[in-house]
Amino acid sequence: MSDKAPRLSDPGLPEHVHRKADTDPAAAKKAERQVAILFTLSALGTILFIYSYIWVKTDRFIFIPIMGDQNASQLGMGIGLTFSLLFIGMGAIHWAKSLMPDNEVAAERHEFRSEEADRADFVATVKEQGAASGLGRRSLIKRSLGLSLGLIGLSPLLLLRDLGPLPKKSLEQTSWKTGTRLVTDPSGRPIKPSDLEVGAVAQVLPELQPGQERTLENVGKDAVLLIRLRPEEFELSPERLSWTYQGIIAFSKICTHMGCAVALYEQQTKHLLCPCHQSTFDVPRAAKVIFGPAARPLPQLAITVDSEGYLVAQKPFTEPVGPSFWERSS
Amino acid sequence: MSTGEKVAGSVANYVDERTGAAKWLKKNLTKVFPDHWSFMLGEIALYSFIILLLTGTFLTFWFDPSQREVIYHGSYLPLNGIHMSAAYDSTLHISFDVRGGLLMRQIHHWAALLFMSSIVAHMLRVFFTGAFRKPREFNWIIGIGLLTLGIVEGFLGYSLPDDLLSGTGIRIAEAIIQAIPIVGSYLTFFAFGGPFPGTSFIPRIFTVHVLLLPGIFLALITVHLMLVWYQKHTQYPGPGRTEKNVIGYPLMPVYMAKAGGFFFIVFGISAFLGAVASINPIWLYGPYTPGQISAGSQPDWYMGWLDGLVRMAPPIETHAFHHTISWNILIPGVIVPGIFFTFLALYPFIESWMSNDKREHHLLDRPRNAPNRTALGAFGITFMLVTLANGGNDLIATHFSLSINQITWMSRIGILILPPLAFFVTKRLCLSLQRADRELVLHGKETGRLVRLPHGEFVEVHEPLTDAQAWTLTQHEQLPALELPEVDAHGVLRPGGLRNRFRAKVSRSNAEAIAKPKPDDLKGIEDH
Repeated sequence: MSDKAPRLSDPGLPEHVHRKADTDPAAAKKAERQVAILFTLSALGTILFIYSYIWVKTDRFIFIPIMGDQNASQLGMGIGLTFSLLFIGMGAIHWAKSLMPDNEVAAERHEFRSEEADRADFVATVKEQGAASGLGRRSLIKRSLGLSLGLIGLSPLLLLRDLGPLPKKSLEQTSWKTGTRLVTDPSGRPIKPSDLEVGAVAQVLPELQPGQERTLENVGKDAVLLIRLRPEEFELSPERLSWTYQGIIAFSKICTHMGCAVALYEQQTKHLLCPCHQSTFDVPRAAKVIFGPAARPLPQLAITVDSEGYLVAQKPFTEPVGPSFWERSS
Repeated sequence: MSTGEKVAGSVANYVDERTGAAKWLKKNLTKVFPDHWSFMLGEIALYSFIILLLTGTFLTFWFDPSQREVIYHGSYLPLNGIHMSAAYDSTLHISFDVRGGLLMRQIHHWAALLFMSSIVAHMLRVFFTGAFRKPREFNWIIGIGLLTLGIVEGFLGYSLPDDLLSGTGIRIAEAIIQAIPIVGSYLTFFAFGGPFPGTSFIPRIFTVHVLLLPGIFLALITVHLMLVWYQKHTQYPGPGRTEKNVIGYPLMPVYMAKAGGFFFIVFGISAFLGAVASINPIWLYGPYTPGQISAGSQPDWYMGWLDGLVRMAPPIETHAFHHTISWNILIPGVIVPGIFFTFLALYPFIESWMSNDKREHHLLDRPRNAPNRTALGAFGITFMLVTLANGGNDLIATHFSLSINQITWMSRIGILILPPLAFFVTKRLCLSLQRADRELVLHGKETGRLVRLPHGEFVEVHEPLTDAQAWTLTQHEQLPALELPEVDAHGVLRPGGLRNRFRAKVSRSNAEAIAKPKPDDLKGIEDH
């Protein structure tokens, strides 16, 4: 397929225009000096770099208009490095453009396709050598080789198996158990309903049992948000209402979309917003999703108080917390 | 003969007697490269890669890729006494207690942004000028591979400091892996060595970031450059430039000086950015913990489009037979990017399928002369810009006091409407530009000089183009659309009717053009 339409004629390469430095020795000398100045500026930059590294204290700050207070050592080294690099580059390019030959040269291209004879020879060689090895005839060798080559890829895959344990039920469980006290994060103090005013929000974690340590894996599943509303503001089913205590409602803080911490509570609208992808949950309606990509409400933790009046979990979460996964059944 | 020449001569002799390199070098030192500013975009990518290797090596001398818990006691007082991972602690150490450490960290990060930007700019140049056409399809695919790996490499790199922002990014990556049907939870447990976050991922992604991916980069870049070398560079059309030649300057000395000098300039600009422009100030974010987050969490720009797609996804999950499929993650996180990058990688083959053009091409297209391709490019760019803008929807909302819900809805609608609109508008623009070219060749340039004729009429004088200009505007080919009749010569239905009909339709759209002036048209003009 090609365009056979007649064309205008190609006038050919334009005539070469000489630069001033090609013909005028004075201009060439001037260009040489300019290149030398640029290279010298680069050397000065390196000196500034060395000076800043050795003699400027790392905790010294200087005020630069617009930029504000800047660390003098970092800035001095940075500007020194900039000069030393930039001016070498500018010198080299100025040299190339003003003094090196600028005659355009034409080179020929050749099609990449090999000559017919070479291609035929190649095919013949492959066929001949292939036949000599007997790969085509000896099907037993062919099949067993295919089998072993197919299987050999399994070994490196299998070796990766010990990268981690199997998930088992781990994604579905948290540390919350019946009667686990809610404690503040990070101070670890148990809380009473009276600690939380209406409209307040608090991040809590399950109280550690003696000898237990809190890992980030725990925090990633156990983090819970407490929010206190006026009890009449809830629009909950009777069951869910029984999971609250005096207007205090508890949700998993881990977003059901991609697991970020749902940390932004808007007191006026009573919305929880995930800062990652803006999924918005309506607190009075059991964290129903009202905007954004999350498909499920935040799991609600049933809470009550124990005999000493501290907030505790009535029971573990009734569904897995955090983002979805294949084995999740609800 | 000077001493320098003598020494050089004996070294050259020594090497040549053992390798026979003289013949190869003689030919290749004078290899011709065409000159154009847009050919330097790929160079910037190469040079920023070298800068990344140099600064990255420096950073590894102090960085401790470990999630072992330590208590910070460095010179940054606001974090004194805080529990954190050794990775975060050592990043603070590099930033505050190693001389030039912050500078190197910032140059490294800026060079990474430059690396990705220049790869994308280079790819757009190659796309819009048709430089990917035969025989350069391999290099196009390698380039798409480098782009994809670059995104991964950049993401892993800014995840290493284990600060609150980067940990949130890792959490999102974990959720994407976890959402893959059937194997998702297994893959995350293998990747993280157990439940998220665990203490394995920093050392693991460190090895991938500093060894595995750079090694693959080095190999792919080498092949990429060898192919450029061997296939010779493409050139823009113009007088004297044909498919059979390459016009430019010899490697030695002009290109060595220019390219070498340009490396220093790219390095100098990265150093300048690192010196004056703060980037990723991890000490402000604090160490990572899954229970906290900072508002306005943003990934680096080359991940922003992916985040924007996720943000605009509809809240759909399928719950059936005790299993869950998260379409709200799979569609924006896996399926759409998969389709986009596959289409991108296959585009050279799609185009040659549309035009049935199987010849070699070394002369570049002016984008207006390939309206369909240019319009497709505009489609892709618009798609990416909408997603990128939506990736910053929270910042747009807070900076301009807008509703985030409205912005997200605008993006959801915009992603469906704007790319096709961009396609349509761009294609019309290209055809109009072709029309303007035709006008120029036929009637010359408007000079703005008005002349009053003896009988009182005013006319504007048009100045004819030079032969060189007229050639540049008309040298391109205009291939006709494929003819794929539904019936053959005997009136019998040909096999693959539906496929042929589709291909003919696409080919017609691809071949749309304004007829360029022919020599006869010009002759007709000269007469009046």
